Amino acid sequence: MAEHPGPSPTRSAGSRVDVPTGTATVGHQWDGIEELDTPMPRWWLTIFYACVVFAIVYAIAYPAIPLATRATPGLLGWSSRGELAKELTAETARQAPMRRALAALPIAALAGNPALLDAATRGGRSAFKVHCVQCHGGGAAGSKGYPNLNDDDWLWGGDIATIATTLQHGIRYPGDDETRQSQMPAFGRDGILKAGQIADLVAHVRAISRQAPANGAATRGAALFAENCAVCHGPAGMGNRELGAPNLTDAIWLYGGDTASLTTTIHNARGGVMPAWAGRVDPVTIKMLAAYVHSLGGGEAAPVAAAPAAASAATASDHGRG
Amino acid sequence: MTAILLRSSGWLGLALLALVAALAGADRGFAVHMAIVALAAALLGVTTAVRGNYSHQPAAPADLSGQYYDEVIRWGVIATVFWGVVGLLMGVVIASQLAWPLANLNSEFTTFGRLRPLHTSAVIFAFGGNALIATSFYIVQRTCRARLFMPGLARFVFWGYQLFIVLAATGYVLGVTESREYAEPEWYVDIWLTIVWVAYLAVFVGTIAKRHEPHIYVANWFFLAFIITVAMLHLVNNLSLPVSWLGSKSYSAFSGVQDALVQWWYGHNAVGFFLTAGFLGMMYYFVPKQADRPVYSYRLSIVHFWSLIFLYIWAGPHHLHYTALPDWAQTLGMVFSVMLWMPSWGGMINGLMTLNGAWDRVRTDPIIRMMVAALAFYGMSTFEGPMMSIKSVNSLSHYTNWTIGHVHSGALGWNGMITFASLYYMAPRLWGRQRLYSLRLVNLHFWLATLGIVFYTASMWVAGITQGLMWREYGGDGYLVYAFVEVVAAMHPYYIIRVAGGLLYFSGALVMAWNIGMTIAGRLRDEAPMAGAAFDPGRDRPLAPFAPAGAAALPAE
Repeated sequence: MAEHPGPSPTRSAGSRVDVPTGTATVGHQWDGIEELDTPMPRWWLTIFYACVVFAIVYAIAYPAIPLATRATPGLLGWSSRGELAKELTAETARQAPMRRALAALPIAALAGNPALLDAATRGGRSAFKVHCVQCHGGGAAGSKGYPNLNDDDWLWGGDIATIATTLQHGIRYPGDDETRQSQMPAFGRDGILKAGQIADLVAHVRAISRQAPANGAATRGAALFAENCAVCHGPAGMGNRELGAPNLTDAIWLYGGDTASLTTTIHNARGGVMPAWAGRVDPVTIKMLAAYVHSLGGGEAAPVAAAPAAASAATASDHGRG
Repeated sequence: MTAILLRSSGWLGLALLALVAALAGADRGFAVHMAIVALAAALLGVTTAVRGNYSHQPAAPADLSGQYYDEVIRWGVIATVFWGVVGLLMGVVIASQLAWPLANLNSEFTTFGRLRPLHTSAVIFAFGGNALIATSFYIVQRTCRARLFMPGLARFVFWGYQLFIVLAATGYVLGVTESREYAEPEWYVDIWLTIVWVAYLAVFVGTIAKRHEPHIYVANWFFLAFIITVAMLHLVNNLSLPVSWLGSKSYSAFSGVQDALVQWWYGHNAVGFFLTAGFLGMMYYFVPKQADRPVYSYRLSIVHFWSLIFLYIWAGPHHLHYTALPDWAQTLGMVFSVMLWMPSWGGMINGLMTLNGAWDRVRTDPIIRMMVAALAFYGMSTFEGPMMSIKSVNSLSHYTNWTIGHVHSGALGWNGMITFASLYYMAPRLWGRQRLYSLRLVNLHFWLATLGIVFYTASMWVAGITQGLMWREYGGDGYLVYAFVEVVAAMHPYYIIRVAGGLLYFSGALVMAWNIGMTIAGRLRDEAPMAGAAFDPGRDRPLAPFAPAGAAALPAE
C-alpha cells in the first residue's frame, strides 16, 4: 500500500509523508487540501484497458466506422435490419402452413377442425390484445358503450360467421358500404315524443326488464312502445339482430338500464361505431379474431337456415382485403 | 445622480419594451413571459432609483480584496434549498399522477405532460444548477485564494439564472415547449440562458486567471469542463427558427434521426457534464475539507478527468439503440459508454479513498456519511449506465421504468446527497455561525433520504424488469402474451411504492430546509453531540479486588 517517498516527477518542494496512509503528498495545497501521490489502482487500470480492448474488438466485429458512402459492415456481417428480417422470415415460415389452411377453410367449417380452431383462437387472442382491448377491455368485458363479448347477448348475432362479418365491415362505419347499419330515432331531440311520453316509455322498458313494477306510467308506455319501438325492438321488446336492436327484457345494458340512462337513450338515441377491420388486418387475422371472440363464452352455433349466408360471409372475408 | 437616473430609466425602458412585446405577442405563453420580463425589469428600475446614492460625495470604496465575495453564494444556498423543495414536491405530484390518474385534476395546466418537465427542470437546472453556481463560486475563490472576479457580473449570473428558471417553469405549465427532453424552453429563453452562461464563464475563468495559487485545483478543472461543455451543448441542441419574433413557437434546425441524435448527444452530456463533472467538482472540494484528509491520488484525478471528458461526449447514441439511427452510430455509442465505466469510477475511488485514515468519521459525522452514500450511489449508477448501454441489456431495459430507477439512483443518491452535504458544509461558514442548527437533524435527513432512495430505486428496478419481460414475452405459439394495458396494470403497486419513496426523500428535504433556515437565523439546537458514546477514563480499568468472602470462588491465578 505505502509507497516509499522517493523522487517523483509529480512531487514538488512542499511534499511530506502523510502519517495515516504512509504515502507522500504531491506538495501543493489549496485552501488546506493536499493530494497524495498514490499510484493509480492496478485493478482500475486493468479493467479500463480491458474495456478499451473490448471496444476495439466489438467495433471490428460490428458496423462501426463511418466511411464516405457507408459504414464498415463489421466482420460478423450483423445489422439490426438484417436480424429483424431473419427473425420475421423464420416466424412467417413457421406459421405459413397454418395460415394457408386457415385462408382456404370457410369460417363456418372451422369448428370441424379442432387443431386449426385452436391455432386460430390463439392468434385471435394475440390480435385482440393489439387491436381490440382499447375499447372492449383487456378481458373483453367491455364498458359503457362497448359491448361485453363474454356473454351470450349479441346485438348483431353470435355465430362465428356473423362475428366475422361484423369484424370485417364494422358497425355504422363510414366508408364501408356493407357496414352494419341502423339508426334509432332521437325521439326527444327531434320532437317525436314529449318528455312525459318518454318518461312513460322508460317506465315501460323498466317494467319489461323487471327492474320496476308495472304502474300507470308503464301501461301508457306500453301503447307508445307498440307505436314507436316495436317495429325494431319487437312487440315484446326482445330485440332484432337484423337491425342490431337490443333485447330490452334482459339484465344486460350497453348504455345503462337506470331511468336516467334510458331517458338519455330515448331522447338522443345512441349509435355506437366500430371500425371495419377489413383492410386494416388481413383476412386470416379476421378469421382468427372471430374464432377468439366466439370462444369467449357466448359463441353460438351457426343457425341452420343461415348457413348459406354464413358461408358467403366467410367467402367475403377471404376477399376482404380489397 | 445622472448615472443612477440613466440606469434606472434604462431598466424602465426595457420594461416598457417587454410590455409592448407582451401586448403584441402572438400567443398567450409569449405574452405571459414578456409580462414577467417587464415586471423583473421594472422591479430593477425602481430598486435602482430608490436605493441609489444621491449624495455628491461618492461612498468611499471599502477595501474588500481581503475578503471572498460570498453574498451571491448565500443567495445561491437559499435558492438551492427552495428549488430543491419545489422540484421534489413536483416529483411526488407526478409520481402520484402515474399511480392515480385522477391526480391530473382534469386541467391542462396540471397534466403529467406539463408537470413532468417542471419536475425534471426544477431538480436538474433549478436545484442542481443553483447548487453548481453557488458551490463553484465558493470553491473557485477558496482554491484560487482570490476574490471573485467581477462580483456585479456574478450577481447578474445568479439573478439572470433565476429569471431563466421562472420563464422555463411558467412556460411548461402554459404549454410552451420545444419538446426536447431537458431542453424544453423555447428560443428566447434559450438566448437568455446563453447570455447568462457566458457571464458565468467569464466570472469563473476571470477568478482562475487572477488566482494566487500556482496550480489550478482539480475541482476547478471539473467546473470548467462543465461550464464550457454545457455552453456548447446548449447552443447546438437549441438551434432553431422561431415562427414569429413575437411568438413562443420555433422549429428545430435538424429533422428526423439527425434531430434525435443531436438531442441525445445533448441529453446524455447534460448528464455527463452537468450532473457528473460539475458535481465531481463539488465532491473534490467538500469531501477532503469535511474529512480533513488529503485527496487519495493526484495521478488518478488527472487520468480519470481527461478520460471522462474525452469519452463522455461520444456516448449519447446509446439512447437510440434499435431505432432509425444507423447501426454504426449505435455501436460507437455503446463502446464509448463501456469504456466510460472506469473513468467514472475514478471519481468514486478518489472520493472514497480520501477517507483513508478518517473512516471512523462515517460513524460519527452524518455529513461524511452523506458524502459516502453519494459516492456509493455514484459508483452504482456509473456501473449501471455502461451496463444498460450494452445493446442486449438495452433491448430489455429501454423504455421501461428501469431507466427511471437508474436515473434516480444517480440523481437522488449522487447529486442530491452530495449537494445536501455541500450545503450543510457551507451554511454555518457562509453566515458565520459556530455550527449547524442541528447535526442530529442532518442524521434524520440522511436516513429519510436513504430509505426514500431504496424504496424508489428498488421499486423501479423491479417494475422496469417486469415491464421489459412482459413486453417481450412470446408464447410457444409465437404470439405476444400480454397486451400493453396489462403491463400498465402490473405497474400499479410499484408506482405506489415509488410515491412512498418520493415522499420520504421529500420530507428529508423539508428537514434540511428547516435546519438550514434555523442556521441562517443563528439558532443552535440544544442537543447531545453526535460524536459517539460517552467515555470516562476513570472507569476504564479492572475492578478492585473483592473482599476475601468471594475470593475463594475465583480461580487461582
